[in-house]
Amino acid sequence: MTVLTLARRTGLVLGLPAVLFAIWWFATAGSTDFYVPPLSTILGKFGEVWTGERLLSDVVPSLVRLLTGYLLAVAVGVGLGLVVGMHRGVRDVLEPVLELFRAIPPPVLVPVIMLFAGIGDTMKVIVIVSGCMWPILLNTVEGVRAVDEVLSDTCRSYGITGPSRLWHLVLRSASPQIVTGMRQALSIAIILMVISEMFAASNGLGFTIVQFQRSFAIPEMWSGVLLLGLLGFALSLLFRVAENRVLAWYHGLRRAQRNP
Amino acid sequence: MLDVRNLQKIYTGRNRSVEALRNLTFHIGAGELVCLVGPSGCGKTTLLKCMAGLIDPTDGEVRLDGRPVDGPPPGMAVVFQEYGRSLFAWMNVRDNVALPLRRKKLGKAREKELVDHALEVVGLADAHQAYPWQLSGGMQQRVAIARAVAFEPKVLLMDEPFAAVDAQTRAELEDLIRRLWRELGVTVLFVTHDIDEAVYLGQRTIILSTSPTVVLEDLTIDLPDERDQLHTRSSTRFAELRAHVYEQIQRAKHHNGDTHAAVADRSDELALHKSES
Repeated sequence: MTVLTLARRTGLVLGLPAVLFAIWWFATAGSTDFYVPPLSTILGKFGEVWTGERLLSDVVPSLVRLLTGYLLAVAVGVGLGLVVGMHRGVRDVLEPVLELFRAIPPPVLVPVIMLFAGIGDTMKVIVIVSGCMWPILLNTVEGVRAVDEVLSDTCRSYGITGPSRLWHLVLRSASPQIVTGMRQALSIAIILMVISEMFAASNGLGFTIVQFQRSFAIPEMWSGVLLLGLLGFALSLLFRVAENRVLAWYHGLRRAQRNP
Repeated sequence: MLDVRNLQKIYTGRNRSVEALRNLTFHIGAGELVCLVGPSGCGKTTLLKCMAGLIDPTDGEVRLDGRPVDGPPPGMAVVFQEYGRSLFAWMNVRDNVALPLRRKKLGKAREKELVDHALEVVGLADAHQAYPWQLSGGMQQRVAIARAVAFEPKVLLMDEPFAAVDAQTRAELEDLIRRLWRELGVTVLFVTHDIDEAVYLGQRTIILSTSPTVVLEDLTIDLPDERDQLHTRSSTRFAELRAHVYEQIQRAKHHNGDTHAAVADRSDELALHKSES
């Protein structure tokens, strides 16, 4: 039974990608277009390009920048979100400014940040943080504001205050919204990692893909694009697994409310 | 034990202010079980929140053991009507009951003992690991009651705790409250809008007017201490008391703090009449 459902779910998840890959495979098979090489060629290059030395010299640095920037953004977004969400005065002052910053497309910040942070890893991490903290911050604010009044009164009357209240009431109760923000932020973080590497870098996935394109190594370039796609897919899968653990109560609650 | 003196609460809005409580004075002795009953929207919840130290009164004061209440006092537990919103959906039943105890630093063994016992007495001994949303409404309210019991309060405030559960469950829970009150020797203030409940549960029933609220009558419920759903509810005295409270509530619908004097006179007459009959 469980094996069957697992097989069924795997089929559902992988079915459409498999079909799309098949279409790609047959549509480009025997292609002589220099810019659209056959998928077989791309896949052939894939192993060659990404398993050897480049794994350490390009993939790992990219991932380190991505995770550093993302985790920092989570820390800043949740921390600031708690403060803004819990204090009305702070919210009234900051909210218009936050909306303004959020409206700036993050990639345009890259040249600006380069001016004062140079072109090293710090710049890339700052770009990622400054771009992907907004959904986390704004969702945290919403989540904190939505903390139930009755539950809040219950905590007060039982003397659950300070750090205990912050952890057991505010953070846990806002966690569904925080996770939503974190999910949006993850894809933004990947985009910004690539973009920041395309602007100015000496290694990394974005840098390597641009290098391949400039040196007309077209199948290699495509294999890089494919790798980025797979990376995004793997990260979102990982995120889903973590979410299902952390928010098991929330999904259960939602199911219970749907079928009383 | 619990003293309410000249309590007044005015909510000030942007354009108008609403006087929810006009002038309330009553006393609850240690170990008493007192019901507060009044027509819908008579400021019962406001009163309870003032007593729990969750909101500040505009005037007057609440005293617990002689000390003024200016924040949630340590020896008090509150059970709210909205059980679905007063439990932590992200904690199982056991953790919900145990969380308020952590602050008391009783030691693991004592904490475990209190939680086990509290869940036992409310009849949830085999639901420790369940999450609140996996339970029925009545069982969720039992969890909230168990949490209050484990907290070992001196005063237990209950704000229409059974208003949202079905009639059969409600009868069971009423008997549970009577039993816990007798076993634990805790002082209970039970707010309700249900007249039957107000008569069945308490030793005294305080009848409130509509808002701005005053005390209409402080009625002693002279039913025997041993009560059960079947016999108590079918006794003549129960019917008389019920009818009396009902009449007072009907009257209360048209009276409030502004017309209080006239009503108070009438209620004295009526109470006199009842005791004669």
